[in-house]
Formats: sequence, C-alpha cells, structure tokens
Amino acid sequence: MNPRRLVLIAAPYAWLLALFMVPFLIVLKISLSDTAVAIPPYAPTFDLSAGWAGIREFFGGLDFENFIWLTEDDLYWKSYLSSMKIAAVATFLTLLAGYPVAYAMSRAKPEWRPTLMMLIILPFWSSALIRVYAWIGILQSEGYLNQLLLWSGVIDTPLSILNTQVAVYIGIVYTYLPFMILPIYASLEKMDESLLEAAEDLGCTRITAFWRVTFPLSKPGIIAGCFLVFIPSLGEFVIPSILGGSQTLMIGKVLWEEFFSNRDWPVASAVAVVLLLILVIPIVLFQRNEERNA
Amino acid sequence: MKRSMSVFNMTTLTLGLAFLYLPMLLLMVYSFNASRLVTVWAGFSTQWYGELLRNQQFLDAAWVTLRVAVVSSTLATVLGTMAAWVLVRERRFLGRTLFSGMIYAPLVMPEVITGLSLLLLFIAIGLDRGILTIILAHTTFAMCYVSVVVSSRLVTFDRSLEEAALDLGCSPMQAFGHVTLPIIAPAVVSGWLLAFTLSLDDLVIASFTSGPSSTTLPIKIFSSMRLGVSPEINALSTILISIVAVGVVVAALVSKRQIARRETEEREGLT
Repeated sequence: MNPRRLVLIAAPYAWLLALFMVPFLIVLKISLSDTAVAIPPYAPTFDLSAGWAGIREFFGGLDFENFIWLTEDDLYWKSYLSSMKIAAVATFLTLLAGYPVAYAMSRAKPEWRPTLMMLIILPFWSSALIRVYAWIGILQSEGYLNQLLLWSGVIDTPLSILNTQVAVYIGIVYTYLPFMILPIYASLEKMDESLLEAAEDLGCTRITAFWRVTFPLSKPGIIAGCFLVFIPSLGEFVIPSILGGSQTLMIGKVLWEEFFSNRDWPVASAVAVVLLLILVIPIVLFQRNEERNA
Repeated sequence: MKRSMSVFNMTTLTLGLAFLYLPMLLLMVYSFNASRLVTVWAGFSTQWYGELLRNQQFLDAAWVTLRVAVVSSTLATVLGTMAAWVLVRERRFLGRTLFSGMIYAPLVMPEVITGLSLLLLFIAIGLDRGILTIILAHTTFAMCYVSVVVSSRLVTFDRSLEEAALDLGCSPMQAFGHVTLPIIAPAVVSGWLLAFTLSLDDLVIASFTSGPSSTTLPIKIFSSMRLGVSPEINALSTILISIVAVGVVVAALVSKRQIARRETEEREGLT
C-alpha cells in the first residue's frame, strides 16, 4: 500500500475511531458501572497501573444493575413507550400533511419544480431550535392562534395547546415535513403519466386510478419518508422540551435530565444504550428498504 | 396530454408553503414590534435589535459560535471529502465495513447520545471542556454529512478524465487538484455549507461538550427560551434566518449559473 493511500484511509478512520467508536464503548462501559460519589461519578474506573489484577477487578465491577433498574422504575419504560407512540403518531400526521404537498409538486409545471424543491428545503437549513421556538408565540394561551380564534368567534376561552402533546405533534410535523415530502416527491416524479391515462381509459375514476396506480407506485417514497421522520423523532430532545412541558415524556428528555439534573451518569448511559437498541430495528428496516429500491 | 394544475393541487401547495413559512414570518414581523409583549402589536420599532447589539453575553456567544462553526466545518470538509474518496474508490481494505458503518451511524444517532458519549470521552481523557471540545464534536458528526454529500457526486464522476490526466504526465496529486477537485467542487462547497449550518444550529451536542466559558448561541437562546418568548430572541432569530436564507439562495444561484456555463462550454466544445 502506498503512503498516500495509507494517509487517505487512516486520517478519517482514526478520527472516527477516536471520536465515535471509543466514546460509544465508554458509554457501554459506564452503563455497566455503579454510581459513586467521586470524580468522575462512577465506579469502577480503569486503572492500568494496577496491572492484570486491576483489569480483573475492573471487569468484576461491571454488572447489569442499571439495566435492571430501568425495568424496575416505571418512569423509563413509560417514557420509551411514550416516545414510540409520539414518534409513530407524529410520523403518520407528517405523512398526511406531506403527501398532498408532494403530490401537488409532482403535478406542477416542470419549470416550477426546482423552485418548489428549494422552497421546501430552505426551512431545513435554518435552525430547528428557532423554528420550534416560533411556535411558542403561536400556540401560547395569549398567542396568535388563540387571538385569531377568539376574534373570529370560533371559541370563547383560549385553548391551551402549548405544553401538551398536541404541541409536540405540531412541532415534529413542522420540523420534519421536508423529510417526508422529498422522498415521496422523488418517487411520484418518476411516475409515467401514461399509466394514469391507461387506467382512466380502462374505466377507472380519477380517485380509483389514484389508489390503484399512483399510491402503490409512491410506496417506496412513503416508506423512506416515514423512516426519515420516525427515526429522529424517537430520540428528539429539543421539541418536547420547548413545546411539550413537564407532562410530555420522551426518552431524549429523560436522558438529558438524568445527566444534567440528577447527575446519574451510569443510568443516563444505560438509557442511551437501550434507546440505541430500540433504534436498531427501524434503521435496519430502512436500509433494507433502500437497498431493495436502489 | 399534459394535465394542468388543478385547484386542489394549487390549494395544497399554498397551504403547505404557508404552514412552512408563516410561523417564521410571524416571528420576523414581531421582532419589529415596539411592545415587550411579543404577541401584541404596538407599532414598528427596531429597539430590540439595538438591545441585542448591546447585550455582551449574546455577542460573546455569537463569537464563540462563529469560530466553532468556521473551524469545525473546514475540518469536517477535509476529513469528509477524504472519507468520501475512501468510500467510493477504495473497494478493499481491512475494516471497510466498520469504516462505512462509522460514516453512516452518526447520521441516525440521536444527538443526546452523540453528545453524552463525547462528553464521557473528554472526561475520561481529562480534556477540559471548551471551544476545542465543541470543535472536535461538531467536526465528527459534520464530516459524516459532508462525506455523504461528496460521495454522491464522486459516484457519478467519470474516472477516465483522471486517468487521462495521469497518462498526460500529472502526478496523482496534480490530477486530483486540476481535474477531480474542480469537478466535485460544488459538492464540496455544499458540504461545507451544510457542516457550517449544522454547527451553527446545534444545541444538544454543544450543551454536552461546552464548558462554562464557551457558551454558544443556541445554548444561550435555549436558556432564554425556557422563560418564554422575548423580543430579543425574535430579533436574533430574524438575523440568523436571514443570514441562512441569503446564503442558501446565493449558493443555489451560483451553482445554477455554473451548471449553465459548463453546459454551454460543452456544447461549444462539441461544435
């Protein structure tokens, strides 16, 4: 192997090993450790100076206590379940909102399409934090939405939406809508329109033609979009902590609080490991789906 | 037969775009509100922008954020381009599966886990948290995004051009500099821009890896957000949204012009 090639491979490889793989192994190790009143606040720590005995003692000190703790305290499994439920419902709502937009884009004049694409992608470039923050002003009890509804006479007393799960759903749909629209648009754009004409010539109404031709053909896009929304929503921290209030349980928030408020590093690490294990399933399914359609 | 846009499709597009843009528009309009009560309009004023410029904490945070973003996105672009090259060109080497796994995994890793794991690493090796640790963290996840963007361009790259340069006596480095780099340049630039905005926007990973003296803008914004909406945050958000919007639109127009120019050059070359 020539030296140029070696450097080219070794530099990014070493960087990722040191700053992705090793940290991950540390999380795994700390999740098996015990909480201790010390700096750092866990035991055992790795002590190479003690030699072989030190290593043996180190492995002897590891156990699954934190994972057992996760199953015993119902806060954790409740927040895993609640995260999955919120992510699933939000993904479905994003599909409902995104599909018509993607469909309309694919029916727009070809010369408009690049501009429409850019308009859909543009919000993604600006800070998610700010975009979520923008909804506080809309949803709070004296916010724009309530002002509008009160003024128009639809309601008499302001709705309280902020700090509920509804606000979290709105936040997720808003933040991840481009992730749903783009893959669906990509699969609809490729579609051959003469198929629709054939269906109509054969006696389908427009609506049956949609359900029997367009919809099945856009399925790969729908599946990809759903995964692209579901996977990041599951570990979401920003949206539930800004819009969800104290009653919304999501695992990303629990991990954050376990770490920053309770300073319980071993439990926070165990929460992280379990979250990853849960995420592996949709990620593998997503990859399978991508490979099948590649 | 070409169907014209139906009323239904026009309506959905309008509603969809309104949903995407109205919240940001409201935020921007109300940043020019004279009242401290954010949701009640009380006349036009730019006082919150003035207040923002006098707020030393925000200015310090902005300076930290900018330095982190410039350094980490540049590092990420170099490493990410190398990684993209390795992914596309180096078909066989020891541990290739692990390598590509480590490129794709950070893209789907929840930010709280990336942040937590990096923090635990920095503590384990005794590295004090500060600007350096945020740069290391941002470079790591941004390089993966860069390598995905660049490798999608490298896949479609015609290798015979590079071989021609080598046959004509270029060294491998010269061939890369004169042939490959100019062709993949738009992807490298958009990779850099993506890395830059990712670093600019990141709250979660920065919160884990920053120290007390290195608060970034998103961390500052987040801690003031917990107290509810404030006109200063609206003003700051307006500035950030405008910078990003102008940057993205300019980048899109430049790359469009480049593509158009290349196409005319190719057409003229053929005749």
